[in-house]
Amino acid sequence: MTTLGQPDPATLLDIYERAARIRKNDEAFHSAMQSGKLGIRIYYSPRGQEIIPSAICNLLTDEDYLVTIYRGVHDQIAKGIPLNELWAEYAGRVTGTCKGKGGPMHVTHPETGNMVTTGIVGGSMPIANGLAMASQMDGNDRVTIASFGDGASNIGAFHESLNMASVWKLPVIFVCQNNLIAEHTRYEKGTSVERIADRASAYGMPGIHVNGNDPLEMWKAAKVAIDRARAGEGPTLIEAMTFRFMGHLIGDPDEHWNEGEKEAAMERDPIPALRRYLIDHGHATEGDLQGLEEKLDQEVEDAMAFAAESAKPDILELQKDVFAEEK
Amino acid sequence: MAKKMNFVTAINLAMHDAMEQDENVMLLGEDVADEEGGGVVKVTKGLSTKFGTSRVRSTPIAEEAIMGAAIGASLVGKRPIAEIMLMNFTTVSMDQMVNHAAKLRFMSGGQTNVPITIRTMTGAGGGAGGQHCDMLEAWFAHTAGMKVVVPSTPADAYGLLLSCIQDDDPCLFIENLPTYWTMGEAPERGQAIPLGKANVVKDGSDVTLISYGRTMMEAQAACQQLETEGVSVELVDLRSIVPLDLPTVLESVSKTRRAVIAHEAVTPFGVGAELAAQITEMLFSELQAPVQRVGGSYNAVPYAQALEDAHLPTPDRITDAIKKTLA
Ligand SMILES: Cc1ncc(C[n+]2csc(CCOP(=O)(O)OP(=O)(O)O)c2C)c(N)n1
Repeated sequence: MTTLGQPDPATLLDIYERAARIRKNDEAFHSAMQSGKLGIRIYYSPRGQEIIPSAICNLLTDEDYLVTIYRGVHDQIAKGIPLNELWAEYAGRVTGTCKGKGGPMHVTHPETGNMVTTGIVGGSMPIANGLAMASQMDGNDRVTIASFGDGASNIGAFHESLNMASVWKLPVIFVCQNNLIAEHTRYEKGTSVERIADRASAYGMPGIHVNGNDPLEMWKAAKVAIDRARAGEGPTLIEAMTFRFMGHLIGDPDEHWNEGEKEAAMERDPIPALRRYLIDHGHATEGDLQGLEEKLDQEVEDAMAFAAESAKPDILELQKDVFAEEK
Repeated sequence: MAKKMNFVTAINLAMHDAMEQDENVMLLGEDVADEEGGGVVKVTKGLSTKFGTSRVRSTPIAEEAIMGAAIGASLVGKRPIAEIMLMNFTTVSMDQMVNHAAKLRFMSGGQTNVPITIRTMTGAGGGAGGQHCDMLEAWFAHTAGMKVVVPSTPADAYGLLLSCIQDDDPCLFIENLPTYWTMGEAPERGQAIPLGKANVVKDGSDVTLISYGRTMMEAQAACQQLETEGVSVELVDLRSIVPLDLPTVLESVSKTRRAVIAHEAVTPFGVGAELAAQITEMLFSELQAPVQRVGGSYNAVPYAQALEDAHLPTPDRITDAIKKTLA
């Protein structure tokens, strides 16, 4: 039923589950922000970009590493971060992944390979190299994913990191989620090349330009890069084309698009499209997917309840985790 | 006669011994491997030949990538020593040092930590001008989460560097280039000197002189000069700025009731300012005179010898400051 290098139905269902889980959480984060309940203070929506990490993480295990950015909740959820702790972190609770001390921009959960989340544009890539360097030295076949936006491909850290990764053949995959805009600056006003993937050639590594919102294509691109890294052949730059549906931050009027551009992109929303595909190809029934979605709704509800019931951190936490020695 | 050793050999020996003791200790920086000369002033000579170029690797000229690689590897078990050739070049790796290395422990709620040692050399006096010899320790001391160590003798350099490498937090280890070849007592092999323990180098009763690093030489000279004039100076070598051994400082100052701080970095907003504030807050009513500071003049390090000499703290300037507290 599958040809070599093509995702099989189980894979596509898995991608759908991850993407739908991200979507459900995103919707709930939005309404929590709007209602103010839970006291979530900041939120960067990844809506529109869910397929990219969902396809990639299908090919990873908890042993593999992820370094992502402020707009990274989709990456974290796809990578399997437990939702209870994630929500508690967003709500600033002591039961959060980081005891409420990191917050949305600094979510960390080493058990699922969520090693670092950075709020600094470009900050993910140098650290990803280090994780990959350790894997290479230890001779294991772990890979590291460095996630970042199109804007980040214009910062020095991108260029330093790709060069070093290539010189050392590090098992790292640079995943540029090109949502066509950096905060409020449109792609072409800030980036000198038509395709970021073209920059890979300057560093002697493969550059893959792919429709990140197409689960089949995205999965195939990720597989090539991950296989290459696991085989010790070195890094790959993937430019995954996507769209930012909800603005930079909640409340952003997001007025930088041409007329109809965003609406058209939202009409091509990849999650309902994948849903239809699964049903049309007989990979799942409407009932199957409804069942899955109900399960996801329940997960989100449980996670929100967990966060709501959790205590806020003690003021003494200010003095903890600054240094190895406690004050 | 006790064995003598210079800083270069002592620092090299500390890295050698640390690498021999723990296979997770590794070193990365520009030109550090033997094929590239074993460091621009040979501080890392022989290490790559003995431990291999996987553990001792020459890097591209990419300070941000060097620092990120060290951080990433340290998150998963390595103990990297990242060499930043000169302290002014830490400005290029500042994001990774300040936003990541120093903060990941806190922001992750203690789930991850960054056991890296950042070795860097610097120090005015050689005519390098404004971009190659700054003392920037105050910046890093001001960043919670980063330890800052400044040795003043070869033996201390050895023992403190061992402690830095074994420490579970990021440690910035500042080496003084102009005095690299100055001889001192040889260290005791394998003997780490704990961080945060100041060294009372000389007992005295009239005034406490606090210094560290290179300026300890000028401080010693000032003490000798004053001794001939009948002034008894207690000399305290901080050894580390963070952790700061405030108890030793306060104990000394509550005995002498006068304090002078001398360092090479420019005076305003420096380590001296912090110490003066701490001493004043804790011992205000016991002080016989305002705390005095001696440091570099507030300008870029100048090139012309006459200007550079006037910029730096000299024994005479330290002596004058001490006399002010006695007036
Ligand atoms: C070094 C740095 N500069 C500026 C910012 C402010 N900032 C946050 S997000 C952003 C835009 C980044 O765009 P992109 O890399 O395309 O990622 P996206 O947000 O679209 O996912 C900017 C400028 C920052 N966080 N870090």
